[in-house]
Amino acid sequence: MIPLRLQNMSAAMRIARYDAWLLLALAGLLTARSGLAEVQPDEAVRGAEKARIASIARASTAAVAVFDTAGKGGGSGVLITADGYALTNFHVVAACGPSMKCGLPDGRIYNAVIVGIDPTGDVALIQLLGRSDFPHAVWGDSDAVRVGDWAFTVGNPFLLAYDFQPSVAWGMISGVHRYQYPAGTLLEYTDCLQTDAAINPGNSGGPLFNAAGQLIGINGRGSFEKRGRVNVGVGYAISSNQIGRFLAHLKSGRIVDHATLGATVSSDDQGRVVVDDILQRSDVYRRGLRYGDQLVRFADRPIRTVNGLKNVLGTYPRGWRVPLTYRRKGKLVDIHVRLMGLHDQAALYNMVGQEAAKPVESPRPPTPPEHQHRSPLPPDGPRPRQKTVAAAKLPAEVAQRYEARRGYANYWYNLWHQRRIWNRYQQQTAMLAAPWRIAGTLPGGEPFELSVAAKRAAATFPWGKSGALFDAELARSLSPPRSGGLLLTLHLWQRLLAKGLRQYGEVYYLGQMPLGNLGQRADCLVGIYAGIETHFYFDPESSELVGIDMFPGDETDPCEVRFADFALLADQHLPRSWMIRYGDHEFARLKIQQWHHGSRPVAVPLESPQLEEK
Amino acid sequence: MFRAWALCGMLLVFRGPVARGVETAPDRPLRTTIRSVQQRVVKIYGAGGMRNFEAYQSGLLISSEGHVLTALSYVLDTDDLAVVLDDGSRFTARLIGSDPITELALLQLPTEGRSLPWFDLQAAAGTEPGQAIVGTRVLAVSNLFGIATGAEPASVLQGVVTAMVPLDARRGQYRSNYRGLVYVVDAQTNNPGASGGALTDWQGHLLGVLGKELRSRATGTWLNYALPVREIRGVVDDMLAGRANRAADLGVAQPESPLTAAALGLALVPNILARTPPYIDAIRRHSPAEQGGLQADDLVVLVAGQPTASCQAVLEAIGQHEREDPVRLSVLRDGQLLEIELRSPK
Repeated sequence: MIPLRLQNMSAAMRIARYDAWLLLALAGLLTARSGLAEVQPDEAVRGAEKARIASIARASTAAVAVFDTAGKGGGSGVLITADGYALTNFHVVAACGPSMKCGLPDGRIYNAVIVGIDPTGDVALIQLLGRSDFPHAVWGDSDAVRVGDWAFTVGNPFLLAYDFQPSVAWGMISGVHRYQYPAGTLLEYTDCLQTDAAINPGNSGGPLFNAAGQLIGINGRGSFEKRGRVNVGVGYAISSNQIGRFLAHLKSGRIVDHATLGATVSSDDQGRVVVDDILQRSDVYRRGLRYGDQLVRFADRPIRTVNGLKNVLGTYPRGWRVPLTYRRKGKLVDIHVRLMGLHDQAALYNMVGQEAAKPVESPRPPTPPEHQHRSPLPPDGPRPRQKTVAAAKLPAEVAQRYEARRGYANYWYNLWHQRRIWNRYQQQTAMLAAPWRIAGTLPGGEPFELSVAAKRAAATFPWGKSGALFDAELARSLSPPRSGGLLLTLHLWQRLLAKGLRQYGEVYYLGQMPLGNLGQRADCLVGIYAGIETHFYFDPESSELVGIDMFPGDETDPCEVRFADFALLADQHLPRSWMIRYGDHEFARLKIQQWHHGSRPVAVPLESPQLEEK
Repeated sequence: MFRAWALCGMLLVFRGPVARGVETAPDRPLRTTIRSVQQRVVKIYGAGGMRNFEAYQSGLLISSEGHVLTALSYVLDTDDLAVVLDDGSRFTARLIGSDPITELALLQLPTEGRSLPWFDLQAAAGTEPGQAIVGTRVLAVSNLFGIATGAEPASVLQGVVTAMVPLDARRGQYRSNYRGLVYVVDAQTNNPGASGGALTDWQGHLLGVLGKELRSRATGTWLNYALPVREIRGVVDDMLAGRANRAADLGVAQPESPLTAAALGLALVPNILARTPPYIDAIRRHSPAEQGGLQADDLVVLVAGQPTASCQAVLEAIGQHEREDPVRLSVLRDGQLLEIELRSPK
């Protein structure tokens, strides 16, 4: 600090000038304070932003833009496996036919083929072709989602993405387990997620991810009103857990149907959900449910409203077995119910045909008339090709994986799965020709014997002997009594082994169902012969035959046989423990000690070696 | 010496403003806050049922005695007004009060001593004078589109308060009565069934009541707005106290050329606070007000039989009259209630 001395004028002047600059600088800085004042966000905010960006970047790689081959219409989808399976909405692919084009964010286009469809739940499975290392989404648990969680949609709203870079919209989960009424009986959104992340026309079929980038839903609907079909903060996504139950069914190439209870319910004036109508031929009636019973629990959910039941029911495929608890006169009763199909099969196929024939509605937003002539954008989309030309020629790689058949979206996949299961099963159980003589003991040590041949069979149990003749009226021979038709079941099993998939009758792959109380999934082949539908259940990994359900008719309980404790028996890999059940009662538990079978080698050929390439 | 101070000053400035921490993480997770808000929002079902005239809307529990605050609308125009709570309990509600200016209504549920969670408007957010609200992150909880039924919880949208401005809005030809301040938000609250819902901050404190499906008179844009608690507290108190229990005209027609206080020759005290009591500040000489006997310091209590708790309410109530119509004023002077009819000169 140099005190100013009048004597040292020149120095003083220098200092004064320096002070003046200082003053000016200070003044300048003070006035420019707002410009200098840079906000430094909290580190937590920066971290959250980085995590969000990373999560979105990673998840977006699996999003696809779906177009029909004529370039008209389209929507979004999401890859779920490295070999190209992708989910989208049924209403996106309904009019596309068997073939679509999919663009990935890396800019490349791939051919895709339809695999399976679920019109009621508005889900479709397609497979992109040409690669075995597609980026794919990580599956998330939709039941763990809560209102208030962040979520984001990725897709192609308004078909904006000419370069296939998807649009991303971030928002909050506004509701969970929501119910949206169907259009007719299709496109019912049960147990869906509601979000204010933007879902617009074009987003349909695309993914809803949680903040961590896991797939929790497939977007497909929104609530629209006075502003037309643009997002107003309310969009809906089909839950990933629902789709998970249907995935194997979709992979089977079929047109999949949803479950119905066989009873209708309503809320009484105390708010309890009670049965107000019930179908006598339904499984739920045979299990004891009656008019007036209060539904308390269904599958894993407490039931408090009619919508609550509709919600959980809508997430199950036809034919699944789920636990149900009801209350009558204050007492709780637990049962297991086999769910009926929602639709008559033929009616469902016709509805699908009608959806396919509908004119395609472009997901572009309506241009306000006063802006049209000023729009600098190129005209809407690629020029549509002649429809007839597009329909006639499928790309070669699609044609290789497509086979049309009534009742199937793509029979090629069903056949592939049939062969997959059968070939692996045959490798274990090839030589099991008729006749069989099976002997062993019951839990108490008493002996039993079963003999099964092409025309007749007999069973000897401590309580008596019975026989069966396999003639014209197969469905009538249901001995032994109270077994539901054990001998007929074994006969049909023999038939499948003898005739193979193509000559048994009608055989198709159903998908996967839960088997047993722990709900482990099993592959299911359905065989229909002489009006009798038989389900053959195979372990999904090993293709061991783990169970058979034989339904002699539509309105009766099946004979259920379950196999366990596989070991080498008579040079074959065979189950040594059997459990036979009919209706609500266990018929018998058997321990197999001997299994004689015919010595003639079975002339069932292995199915074609196409199995190797996929 | 000066140099030292100058240098210090510059250092201070260079350091920049105190690093403004962004809002700290909420005390409890958003999921928990949301549940507590949802429990205070109710689903209302009444009259209507046509496209653009849905028969449902939302409401808020605002007392421990089962009072529900909601939007005054055609939905309430029924003898069979049902209110369903978050837990699915269902009540038949009674309309016990309404205010045509703010277009709010008060319902009573026969809760019979049941203890229900409720929003305390006295402890609501955004009520400190001068408190900055624009930029606050908000939740909008309502039963928009009637999505939730029975025991299903109300839907939650999120956004920020983007502005606080006077409302100048319409629905069709019908102009909104309320001209006071509203919170404009970017959450899409302008949807059927949302009106009467809750606008809260991320701590679950009530900021406002979601407004009706209105569009700006200037631009035609559909507005996402809420009535701030601090603007409506007085009216709600009046309704709770039974001071505004005239069943309202549910579609008040606007006068062609409205009457004004100035035309009558009376000026009220400056409207500084939201609830400035409407004292007359001055009377113009030779005006109808002077001829009618009004004096400075009179407190205008009723206009045309309608209670007026603030200057704003008096001006709006007078503005409901055509210019040439007479208007009855009730004023309090020295503890005495005087009724005077005025008519503005042609």
